[in-house]
Parts: sequence; structure tokens; C-alpha cells
Amino acid sequence: MAGVSPTPLLKDELDIVIPTIRNLDFLEMWRPFFQPYHLIIVQDGDPSKTIKVPEGFDYELYNRNDINRILGPKASCISFKDSACRCFGYMVSKKKYIYTIDDDCFVAKDPSGKDINALEQHIKNILSPATPYFFNTLYDPYRDGTDFVRGYPFSLREGVPTAVSHGLWLNIPDYDAPTQLVKPRERNTRYVDAVMTIPKGTLFPMCGMNLAFNRELIGPAMYFGLMGDGQPIGRYDDMWAGWCTKVICDHLGLGIKTGLPYIWHSKASNPFVNLKKEYKGIYWQEEIIPFFQAVSLPKECTTVQQCYTELAKQVKAKLANVDPYFTKLADAMVTWIEAWDELNPSGEAPAKTSNVKAK
Amino acid sequence: MRKPPTLLSLTIDIALLNLSHISDLSFLPDHVLLELFLRTLRAGKLTEKILKLFVATGKDEILSLISELNIQLILTPVLPTINIRDDEVDIVIGALHLDLTSFMEDWRAVFSRFHLIIVQDPDLKGDLKIPGGFSFDVYTKSDIESVVGSSSSSVVFSGYSCRYFGYLVSHKKYIISIDDDCTPAKDDKGELIDAVAQHITNLMTPATPFFFNTLYDPFRKGTDFVRGYPFSLRSGVQCGLSCGLWLNLADYDAPTQALKPGQRNSRFVDAVLTVPARAMLPVSGINIGFDRELVGPAMVPAFRLAKEGKFRWETVEDIWSGMCVKVICDHLGYGVKSGLPYVWRNERGNAVESLKKEWEGVKLMEEVVPFFQSMRLSQGAVTAEDCVIEMAAAVKERLEPLDPVFARASEAMVEWVKLWKVVTSRLSNFAA
Repeated sequence: MAGVSPTPLLKDELDIVIPTIRNLDFLEMWRPFFQPYHLIIVQDGDPSKTIKVPEGFDYELYNRNDINRILGPKASCISFKDSACRCFGYMVSKKKYIYTIDDDCFVAKDPSGKDINALEQHIKNILSPATPYFFNTLYDPYRDGTDFVRGYPFSLREGVPTAVSHGLWLNIPDYDAPTQLVKPRERNTRYVDAVMTIPKGTLFPMCGMNLAFNRELIGPAMYFGLMGDGQPIGRYDDMWAGWCTKVICDHLGLGIKTGLPYIWHSKASNPFVNLKKEYKGIYWQEEIIPFFQAVSLPKECTTVQQCYTELAKQVKAKLANVDPYFTKLADAMVTWIEAWDELNPSGEAPAKTSNVKAK
Repeated sequence: MRKPPTLLSLTIDIALLNLSHISDLSFLPDHVLLELFLRTLRAGKLTEKILKLFVATGKDEILSLISELNIQLILTPVLPTINIRDDEVDIVIGALHLDLTSFMEDWRAVFSRFHLIIVQDPDLKGDLKIPGGFSFDVYTKSDIESVVGSSSSSVVFSGYSCRYFGYLVSHKKYIISIDDDCTPAKDDKGELIDAVAQHITNLMTPATPFFFNTLYDPFRKGTDFVRGYPFSLRSGVQCGLSCGLWLNLADYDAPTQALKPGQRNSRFVDAVLTVPARAMLPVSGINIGFDRELVGPAMVPAFRLAKEGKFRWETVEDIWSGMCVKVICDHLGYGVKSGLPYVWRNERGNAVESLKKEWEGVKLMEEVVPFFQSMRLSQGAVTAEDCVIEMAAAVKERLEPLDPVFARASEAMVEWVKLWKVVTSRLSNFAA
């Protein structure tokens, strides 16, 4: 097992989805890494504003008018005035992989001072298997310089396909509003040189700032919910998508990795504004988490769409009494799947491909 | 054009500056009080005295905000400086080599403040060489026999399992155990790692097994729970086991090391994390710490390969006891952490030679892991001892038909619990 083969660029197989309301100046810093790729820009907010895209990038841009035109009445499932609208980009993409990043995220440096090519690391994560059934104490065993430890069963060493690669952030950490209020000066300066698979049956808080996924394997589950204008809650879009995605990945035998790569998160949002958006979510998540922990999907659900539709049914049945919002959300989840299937007709997400026994 | 500040905000600015001189806030109108409270938080000025001031107003909005934000008067400090009481820790060393001089010298700076229990492998003939300046007790074959009885017991304390005798006779709360072929490692800044202090920190700070925190251990300095982490789960649970890692010679099995003879672990991963509930892991005994009061009886010396040897590649006893502990921690609501500290593991042995001798352990894992993953304990099992007895019965029922090693394991687990009860009561009578 000598030399390390270079990471493929996948430039014709990967779209970069960026939600924005102001400008895309941050792309200048990413140019050396992003320029080969096609960008899908989802413009939130006022559609009459023109978003300037730096020269030399190949992109398509969608504003609210485009979303309404393309989806018609189904556009109601796409959030307005919230970065959750980015999931529209996932829906219209035709590529196998998606990388999504926020417009206040920049290139970080590793401890040696070298610029981190976040996209390359995500690709490495996604192209190597995940190991959700048994925790490897040396973390991702497929990374150079490491392996499975003593005691790790050989039958589990093939791993399962990786559906999602969840990256982290240096500088402004992704804290909720109460934590931001209490620790306004805390910065994440610790570079943890690890990628690891989140074990089956364990939920996690997924952040959409620096996220890559295999659209063919899990795309339809990446619905970022109803947030922003006219909705009682905000800043729970990626959380919601993450919990749905994790439950479905566990059911279908797919893996989710977290850890490297880091990006540099530059902007701290206003904690008072955040508190207003998150306020209900802080209480609701106490009901939502036990719901997701207890969810069980029938084995007849073998595609992502089937799983997601079933999940929507269960959300409606079990969370409606928490707040009528969840009935709306469950309906929107169904609308999302209908819209996804309309825009991606032959592209039903493939049934689970792994041969690993369902645990 | 920016709006000029309001009179109200100017007033609050001044109030904030002089907060420490104010002794009563109850005269303030509700909305002003609320604004002042939020600004105090934002300025990082909420001390115990000032919190009491706000609480004393008795205003509902303030009180409910305090409880929503989970602001508490910290009565006993939990962080940042962990006060390690030396008399709460035993360092247990299983001696598989006679001359411990260089090992002890290398660890002197870390070990010398604690009491050590050194157990000599009963198969090792001769006298141990231990340098002076340490507080320690040595246990040899004859000591083991006098406690356990010389008639053949199903619990065998030889080879790497000799250290379990040390766990048995200790009466401290925390036990740290490190293989005698390891030395202190250096971190990514070139500083020597105090593995004992890190294990104790891991054991004394809460674990978070019910929800994964993407920034790893939220109780470490400079980090916290991330957005989306349920507030009700933020107090965490007690940590029962701390699994450390190894630089240089990582704990690979023989086939892996034989296939990659030059591979050495040089990656320092600066993280501790809680292994989530119901996720199993291979616990390596090379570098561990545990809370003896919580999980001591669960650290069972039970799984002995027929041809178990004196190299880690030739054993899986720690993998077995580690999974017992994990199942029991999951059941009793304790946590298991993995990650820091690192130790430097020195070159020893030949993987290819071990490979020629021994495949048994590798093959048996295929049965062992699914067994532990599906193991469920009854509601009635409320202590570690109860749990071990139930697990022993399950091993006997489900695994015994597969290989005689499992019958021996089941018996050893039952015997161990009996021994544990006898020895601990004897010790507490002695201490009384």
C-alpha cells in the first residue's frame, strides 16, 4: 500500500451551492480552490437587487422570482429571507455531489500555516467509506498514517458509503444565542486533526456552513425546512435537515463523517437577533430530539424519498401537538419531495447499496 | 446615518459602568430591568453578587430568563482547575518485565505524587527492580494466591491480566493504568504530556453520551456546546472510563502491523470526546483510567485466549473488559471518553511472529462484537456487579456453544464479582 494517489477534482461531478443576500466577494479568497467548479447561487431576500459574482466563475443564479417560476405553488416549501433557501440549489443541481458554504466563511490555515483546501478534504471524506457500526479510537481509519485498531472486527472494515461530510469552523464557533451572550469573546482556536464517523443511532447538530454530501445517495433528505419570513423559528434549518438525514442514513446503511476540514468563520451574528429566532427552537428541540431518537422507519422504505415521506407522516402525527408549525412543516416536507421528484424525474435516489447486515 | 442614542440606552450604559456600586434594583421598571440584565450579560459582567441583585428584585421576567438561560450559582467549582487529591488515585502497573527502572524514571515527574500498585506477572520469575522515591506496594504471585486462593480459579491474573489484581485490592476512587513499555509523549507544542492528570480531568468532568457535540468535549477550555445541542442534556453524566491513545506504535492488531511494518502513529489529535451511548468501541488497556467506585467490578479479567501471549497483539482481554464496561455504562447512565492523553509506546515484539502464532483473537471478535452490540440489561440490574452477573449469564447462553473460551469467560466473570465483593468488604472492615 505504497504511495498516496492524488484526490480527484470531481469538477464535473460537484456543484457548489451558496446562499447569499449581499455579495460574493468572499469567493476571491476561494478562487484557487473553487474556480474549476460550477456554482449555484441562491439569492435570498430582495430579488430586484443584483448580486455581483466575481469574474471567471461559472455559475447559475436563482432569486425568489426564479424559485416561484420554477416551482409554482410548490415554491411554498422554500424559505424566504433565510439561508435555508439554499436547499433549492440542491434540488436544481444535476451533479452527484454538493458542497455548500456560507458567504462569511473564508480559507483557514492549518497549524503549519498552510491554506486549507476545504473542498479537497470533503472530497477525500466522501470518497472513502464511513464506519458507523463500531467506533475506531484512531478516528477515520482510511486516512493516511492510520488504520483500524486492535479489536476492530474484520467484517466491518469495508465500511459503508459516506453520504455526508460535515466540516468545522475556526474563529467564530457555531454557538446558539444564549451561549453567544454568555461568551461573546470565545473563539475556536483548537485545530483537531481528525475526521470521524458519527456512530449509528447517535444524533448530532449539523451545521450548514461547511457541508458536503452525495446528492445521489441522500439529496432528498437535505430539506432545510420552513424558516425566516412568516415562520416562528429560524437558525434551525440545518439542524432539522441533519436530524432527518442522520435517521435516514442510519436506516439505509450510509455514513456521516464530521471533523476536518476547517474553514475560517469571520462573522459573528447578532446574538439578540439570534435569540429571537431560536427562542422557540430551544424549547421545541426538547421534544424534537426524543422524537428523532425514537423514530423507526419500516423496512419497506428503501429509497430516500420513501423514508422522507414516512418521516413527514410521523412528524405530523407526533409533533403536531408541540405546535401547529410542525403540521405546516410536515406538509412542506411532502411538497419538497414532490418538487424534488418533478425536477429530478429519472433520478430516484438509489436504494441502499451496502451489503452490510442491517444492525 | 446612525440614530443618536436614546436617553434610556445612555442611562443603562452608566448603570452598567456602576453596577458594582448598586445595592438594590427593585425600583426599576420591568422593561428597563430586563434591558439592563441583557446588557450585563453581553458585557460579561454577570458575577455572583450581581446575579443575586437581579434575583432579589423578584421580577418574573428576570427569573424566567435566568432559568431559561440555565444560569446557575456555581456552588462548587467544577472547572477550570481540577484539584486532584493525591489520595484519591492509585496508579496500577502490571509488570511484565523485571527491570522497571527506566520506565519509572521516565514517568517520575508524573507518578511520584501518587501511590502506585505494582503487580508482578505471576509467570515472571525473579525480583522486580524499582527505583526509590516512589510510594508503592508490590504484589507478587504469592500475594495473589493468598487473596484468591491457590486452587485453580477461573480468574487468571497472569500476563497483562495481572493488573486486574491491582484494581481488586485498591481502595481509591480513580485508577490509572499504563503498560510498562510506554513512556510520556510530547504534544504538538513539544510539551511533555501528563497522562495521569489528563485521565483524571476526563474522569472528573461530565461526559455527554446522549448527543454528539461536533466540537468534541464541551467542558474543555475554549470550547462549548454547539448550536442545536439540547439544553436539557448539557449537564452531562458521570464519566466511568477514560481511554487514552498512543503515539509511535499504535495499538494495531498483528495482521495490520505485519502488513504495514513501518507505520507509526505521528498524528496528535487534540481532542477528548464522549463515545455515544450504544456505540461500541475497542478499548485498549495500554493507557486507561477509570472510576473504580462506578465501574470497578465491570473491569473483568475474563477473556483469555487459549494461546494468549505477552505482547498486546496476542491478547484481547482488554477489548472484552472494555466492552463490558461500555455496555454497563450505557445501562447505568455513565459516560466513556476517548482521545487524550497520548503516551509514547515503545517498539517491542514482532508482528509477523505474533501473526504466525495467533489468529484466534481476530476471529473471535466477529462473534464478540455483535454480542455486545445487542446486549441489553434488565431494569433490575442497578449496580455494576448486578450487570456483570447478567452479562455472564448471557455469555454462557449465547456464546458458550461457539468456543470454550466463552465458557471460561462466563465463569471468570461470576468468580470476579464474588472476589470483588469479598475483597472490598474485607478492605472496608480493615479500614473501619
